[in-house]
Amino acid sequence: MADQYDLIVLGSGPGGYVAAIRASQLGLKVGIVERELLGGICLNWGCIPTKALLRSAEVFHQMKQAASYGLAADNIRADIDAVVNRSRGVAKQLNQGVTHLMKKNRITVHMGTGVLKGADKVEVTGEKGTEVISAKHIIIATGARARDLPFAKADGKRIWTYRHAMVPPEMPSKLLVIGSGAIGIEFASFYNDMGADVTVVEMMDRIVPVEDADVSAFLEKALKKQGMTILTGAGVQSIAVSETGVKAVIKAKDDAVTESDFSHVIVAVGILPNVENIGLEDLGIEPDKRFHIKADAYGRTNVPGVWAIGDCIDGPWLAHKASHEGVIAAEAIAQALGNTEVHPHVMDRLNIPGCTYCHPQVASVGLTEAKAKEAGYELKVGTFPFMGNGKAIALGQAEGFIKTVFDAKTGELLGAHMIGAEVTELIQGYVVGKTLETTEAELMHTVFAHPTLSEMMHESVLAAYGRAVHI
Amino acid sequence: MPTQIKMPALSPTMEEGTLAKWLVKVGDKVSSGDIMAEIETDKATMEFEAVDEGTVVSISVAEGTEGVKVGTVIATIAGEDDDDAPTPAFAAAPVVAAPAPAPVAALAPVVAAPAPVPPAAPIVAAPAVAAADRVVASPLARRIATEKGIDLGAVQGSGPHGRIIKADLEGAAPAAIAQATSVAAPAPVATPAPAVVAAAPAAPFSSDIPYEAIKLSGMRKTIARRLTEAKATVPHYYLTVDIRLDALLKLRAELNAALAVEGVRLSVNDLLIKALGKALILAPDANVSFAGDALIRYSRADVAVAVSIPGGLITPIVTGADVKSISAIQKDMADLGARAKAGKLAAHEYQGGTASLSNLGMFGIKQFEAVINPPQGMIMAIGAGEKRPYVIDNALGIATVMSATGSFDHRAIDGAEGAQLMQAFKSLIEAPLALVA
Repeated sequence: MADQYDLIVLGSGPGGYVAAIRASQLGLKVGIVERELLGGICLNWGCIPTKALLRSAEVFHQMKQAASYGLAADNIRADIDAVVNRSRGVAKQLNQGVTHLMKKNRITVHMGTGVLKGADKVEVTGEKGTEVISAKHIIIATGARARDLPFAKADGKRIWTYRHAMVPPEMPSKLLVIGSGAIGIEFASFYNDMGADVTVVEMMDRIVPVEDADVSAFLEKALKKQGMTILTGAGVQSIAVSETGVKAVIKAKDDAVTESDFSHVIVAVGILPNVENIGLEDLGIEPDKRFHIKADAYGRTNVPGVWAIGDCIDGPWLAHKASHEGVIAAEAIAQALGNTEVHPHVMDRLNIPGCTYCHPQVASVGLTEAKAKEAGYELKVGTFPFMGNGKAIALGQAEGFIKTVFDAKTGELLGAHMIGAEVTELIQGYVVGKTLETTEAELMHTVFAHPTLSEMMHESVLAAYGRAVHI
Repeated sequence: MPTQIKMPALSPTMEEGTLAKWLVKVGDKVSSGDIMAEIETDKATMEFEAVDEGTVVSISVAEGTEGVKVGTVIATIAGEDDDDAPTPAFAAAPVVAAPAPAPVAALAPVVAAPAPVPPAAPIVAAPAVAAADRVVASPLARRIATEKGIDLGAVQGSGPHGRIIKADLEGAAPAAIAQATSVAAPAPVATPAPAVVAAAPAAPFSSDIPYEAIKLSGMRKTIARRLTEAKATVPHYYLTVDIRLDALLKLRAELNAALAVEGVRLSVNDLLIKALGKALILAPDANVSFAGDALIRYSRADVAVAVSIPGGLITPIVTGADVKSISAIQKDMADLGARAKAGKLAAHEYQGGTASLSNLGMFGIKQFEAVINPPQGMIMAIGAGEKRPYVIDNALGIATVMSATGSFDHRAIDGAEGAQLMQAFKSLIEAPLALVA
């Protein structure tokens, strides 16, 4: 029997649906399997709705600063239900957008839970019953879910994961956030702005530990100034839930053990890949040591015809990384099916940007200063503060800096690290440069518009070579 | 619908090739399986078969054209059921072909005449002409090349549209890792061949001496590139042993006498291939590849045998030389050698191998050191077998002796490990019964 499809994509998150569209653009017949909502976590329960929440928090924060802009805003207050409703509305709009994109690209959507029944078959069980669909290639894009703490299983009442925190049953008064990665810090920032008393506990010696140490230090100071309590090098030892809240036993950096009361807890200690019960064991698909699916730079697993992308393989576990992997895998599959015009190029992981939408925002790409040193580079490092930028001062957001790290020998831009207003938009300038393999010379020779925040990107490069103008 | 025939990828890493020869002309009928053209890649010339049936309507790449990118349309075929088969191009073809005996000249008008451009838009046509000699490289690649004195013109780019990027200048070692550690890869996907740095700028030559410039063939370029890379990146060391051949020659004579009925005739080289294969298994520390962050130890000995062919050399591989019978090796070599000389080897028949054997004994060469063929870890250079004064049982006698020199990659094989291989090789030849066991 001929295969129904050239390609079946299992999971319709930002990895899966983008892979499906790219494959369809290349003339492949594509089916996509989704057990819940088109668009996956990113669009329904992750990236996008949190940005909607954080935007409300930002506007609220600005309203509180009204006087500093010469404006009056009295009796301002936040309505958590209305804020959450707005966020859900945004998610719904985008979910419908993906439905439209599937239709437009002639991709058949199979709603239901998919299980691989061989390297070319997927059994889909949905509301309408069970069907088996077949394809020449299968991409696994099942994503990941929040990791639980064994002593603090999320119940949606007092103990939340990101998913509960997105649609809170009530506004927390005193919130404990365990973990200070992007997810933890974003919710900490949101609830802090909304008026909760927030404590962040991080096991590592600094918050946002994947970022440059200077950024971590700056952010910690800024968040503390906003009233947040931050405990680094600390661990939560136990959590006891009661009717009125939770009691948490926290061991601090100096080994002092204290017991504190909180109204709610958000657990944000990382992710687990969704690799169970989808037929991988029977196919003999190998996991790596963190239980993610092992795949090469094109997404090929050890089983021919079965590919994997996104959060269910090696990190960084970011939506845009998943999407890009989806494109590469789709192109590689098209090539395997005889398309000689498509030339997939593998992705350089050091060119994947990372963004955290707390305020001040954090964004980065490439190696941190410490990692670059560790890798044996001789460095040229430049830092430029928001205080030196006219636009930042005019915006009333002169908090933050931009740091650039260059290889002293070749002038290669090794990394860029930013904290401050709108840096999540600014970072892309460096990402383009890095992808094109820029050196300091082209960046110095680029004309930056005035007055913009992006001028700081120029100044940071100049600073690395002792040529900054406005400092 | 006319079918566009595109430049095929004849090996997994092929990015471009030379359209060596057209075997069909415009107007010819072809059916599936007909040989349409000969295409030369870096090492071999391969025949390109028609897949579809139909009539050749146009040929858009002239024979002899080098650097034709995989996927480029090289010809168009109209199917039998095409009512509209006599397209303008087809109708024009006889006219084109008639006056010009030289095929290249005949093809030129076809190439030059795409869809007519409406006179209203003359500007659009202009950008089609691109400066062909412009090297497309990233700023970082340019700077690294300047610092290291690399000629970017000789580097193959692996970035989008063949752009040279930093990774293309980082030598062969990373590519070796990628090959060795990738998950049991099915059909290779990567279009970009692991690019390798070519030789530094060519040495100047004296133009006042009468000379003829011979254009480099794809094979010559590959030899130049790979061997320069081997000598520049692989720390070679050399071990030489003298090996008494009398027992091996006697065994060969006996085997040939016994095999005469089958019409099989073993050469000394066939026995040496077997001996090297077996020695590699007996001294497994020398049957390895250096792969950057890993040492790959092979559990099978695939011996690549250097074969001189017109315009260069090629190394067809005897797979599993350690377990194959000598007569099977002889058959392999006869077949591979003949096809190598005809330029008809498939990529997998000359790429790979765990070690090489190069024999210049037939030219009377007493001893020499060969260049390792990465990612292999060693190559055995065989000198001539000759009668030499030899001390046998404390008395000076005469024996047939040859010198064999192993070149080893010191990153992967230390001196003692190399010496063990040489010892095993020598023992197997001097007491050769183990070769037939």
